[in-house]
Amino acid sequence: MNTHPVVYLDHAATTPMLPEAIAAMTEELARLGNPSSLHNAGRRARRVVEESREQIAEVFGARASEVIFTSGGTEADNLAVKGLFWARRRTDPRRGRVLATPIEHHAVLDSVHWLEQAEGAEPAWLDVDRTGTVRPEMLRAALGRDPDGAAVVSVMWANNEVGTVQPVAELAAVAHEYGVPFHTDAVQAAAQLPVNFAASGVDAMTVTSHKFGGPVGAGALILGRGVAPVPVLHGGGQERDIRSGTLDTPAIRAFAVAAVVSAQRRMEESRRLAALRDNLIRQVLAAVPDAILNGPPPGPDRLPGNAHFSFPGCEGDALLLLLDARGIACSTGSACTAGVAEPSHVLLAMGADEARARGSLRFSLGRTTSQSDIDALGAAIGDAVARARRATAG
Amino acid sequence: MSGGVDSATAAARAVDAGHEVTGVHLALSQNPQSYRTGARGCCTLEDARDARRAADVIGIPFYVWDMAERFAHDVVDDFVAEYAAGRTPNPCLRCNEKIKFAAVLDRALALGFDAVCTGHYARVGDDGQLMRAADDGKDQSYVLAVLTREQIAHAMFPLGDTPKARVREEARQRGLLVADKPDSHDVCFIADGDTRGFLTRRLGPAPGQIVDSGGTVLGEHDGAYGFTVGQRKGLRVGRPTPDGAPRYVLNIEPVTRTVTVGPASGLEVREVTAQRPVWTGCAPPREPVECNVQLRAHGEVHPASAYSDGDCIQIRLHEPARAVATGQAAVLYDGDTVLGSGTISTTR
Repeated sequence: MNTHPVVYLDHAATTPMLPEAIAAMTEELARLGNPSSLHNAGRRARRVVEESREQIAEVFGARASEVIFTSGGTEADNLAVKGLFWARRRTDPRRGRVLATPIEHHAVLDSVHWLEQAEGAEPAWLDVDRTGTVRPEMLRAALGRDPDGAAVVSVMWANNEVGTVQPVAELAAVAHEYGVPFHTDAVQAAAQLPVNFAASGVDAMTVTSHKFGGPVGAGALILGRGVAPVPVLHGGGQERDIRSGTLDTPAIRAFAVAAVVSAQRRMEESRRLAALRDNLIRQVLAAVPDAILNGPPPGPDRLPGNAHFSFPGCEGDALLLLLDARGIACSTGSACTAGVAEPSHVLLAMGADEARARGSLRFSLGRTTSQSDIDALGAAIGDAVARARRATAG
Repeated sequence: MSGGVDSATAAARAVDAGHEVTGVHLALSQNPQSYRTGARGCCTLEDARDARRAADVIGIPFYVWDMAERFAHDVVDDFVAEYAAGRTPNPCLRCNEKIKFAAVLDRALALGFDAVCTGHYARVGDDGQLMRAADDGKDQSYVLAVLTREQIAHAMFPLGDTPKARVREEARQRGLLVADKPDSHDVCFIADGDTRGFLTRRLGPAPGQIVDSGGTVLGEHDGAYGFTVGQRKGLRVGRPTPDGAPRYVLNIEPVTRTVTVGPASGLEVREVTAQRPVWTGCAPPREPVECNVQLRAHGEVHPASAYSDGDCIQIRLHEPARAVATGQAAVLYDGDTVLGSGTISTTR
């Protein structure tokens, strides 16, 4: 068995829980009460949930009543895309188009594909440029083609693979020119950028706590007042009838703690991560001069903790295996089909060919990343690429 | 790691032996089914999950390698082409030769691994020769005999010394849920077991005549590829034989699409020529050597003498054998040791 210490460079996948969040959750786990119950035990639990809701709302620039708790980012994306599509089409049957980028997370992409196959929706894909950015003019052109036909627009705040930060406020403003609701998947952005729901003007925003030190299983769809998606989950009518199901009080409490703590540290942490990430880029390019950095150049248009490379002549999954064997954890970024790595749909949408899309790796830094992690990668990457090249050529 | 009990147990034994083990599942199907239906076929998504679970229990890294394109070309296309040419191929053999101990091994060596370990029932001797497994009934040396000494040098077969029943028991003790999973039968890429249907889909109808050894036309068929030498069932011939004896397929001629049938005596073969020889247990013998030859998977052994004739093996059986099909392997044994093997090209 592999006995190397783990160098964890996959924070975009999930992050270690903050000790404060673990402590709060553990304390809450020992307590009893369904927040929907009317009696004392229920009231106590509900107080915890509502305080958490208020804290989370404040962190993200929203009102407490705008926070709808879900089981995570995927559920919130499904609720936003499907729910808003159904709601909009119900009011006007002409509204059959869903506008989204081809670089969305699968939780949005696959929801759109499903709406197309099962619900007769018409996807309209917004072109992205070579850095993965959607320009507001593209959205305006797409909406202008058929203004009455648009049901909803969904553009992620920051891309989980190559770190591209979108001009969300401008895009939301364009959507509103046409009266179309704008949803943004802020799952990655919320961990590293100052994300403010009210200031951005978006109508719906997805966040999930395990990307910033909270537990898996606790997320939220932040919904502007007057934006009412058709529910995906029916049942007890929780969360203003929008999302039924008993609320996970311990997880929600931990979600709030993680949100507050990480927000307090965010500015300093972003600076620290950006410096480490820039050093990582330097070291990788020094070891593999023909590696290609995918996505926008380091700066305000890129997530501070994100680096993504294509290594010509290699398969990403061979590199992953080799780095894993040396205790370095990273990701090819893309979802798997039957365990077989697919070429990154994000890179393909950005104009890369299949070979480049298959030969790439994502390194994502976080709270526990230190310079020694970067140095370990720098020391390993040259040899790993050389071996992976031999394996691919064979 | 196929998701079966053998490869899972083999991996666990390799870990116990102190090796640094990584589990790999081969994605070989271009359209994997989600679930296995019964014991036929292999490598559905469910199998991949079973393999991953086993790797997690054992505590080793696990990856899925996509070999579907190579497999389609080297194994499946070859299978179809051989049947189209009137021969009876053994795809497991081809998979070992071209995929498991070639494409996979090459990639593994390039990545820094030293060997490919499988759950095959076979042994490697002290001199690097391939040998039968201890469990005669499960022995798979026949489908591994196509490997060269170089390939064998990079192969590991931890189950070779154990009976299958004990392997299942061991898997159970190790907490591997696949302990009770049934073995897969037949061809892994023909999930429903209907080889004729598969070939018909691939090759299309190719009608021709069924004749006797004298050339008299007895009936018709939809495709000569649906027959194999020695076959008795599925011959749709109108008239029974004058003496009531059953008819067998004696020969398949793919160009004229003619299938010749006749009595069992017509199946007897005394001489076999095999091409593309691989000699691993001895140097290619210029003079005939005494050996036992196996002419199909799970077939009996036939005492014979054999010698190397340039790029062929000439085999003379001491007693006639029946239903020897071209395209199968002829594997020469000296006791439990594999001397060499070749692909049967002609029989007399």
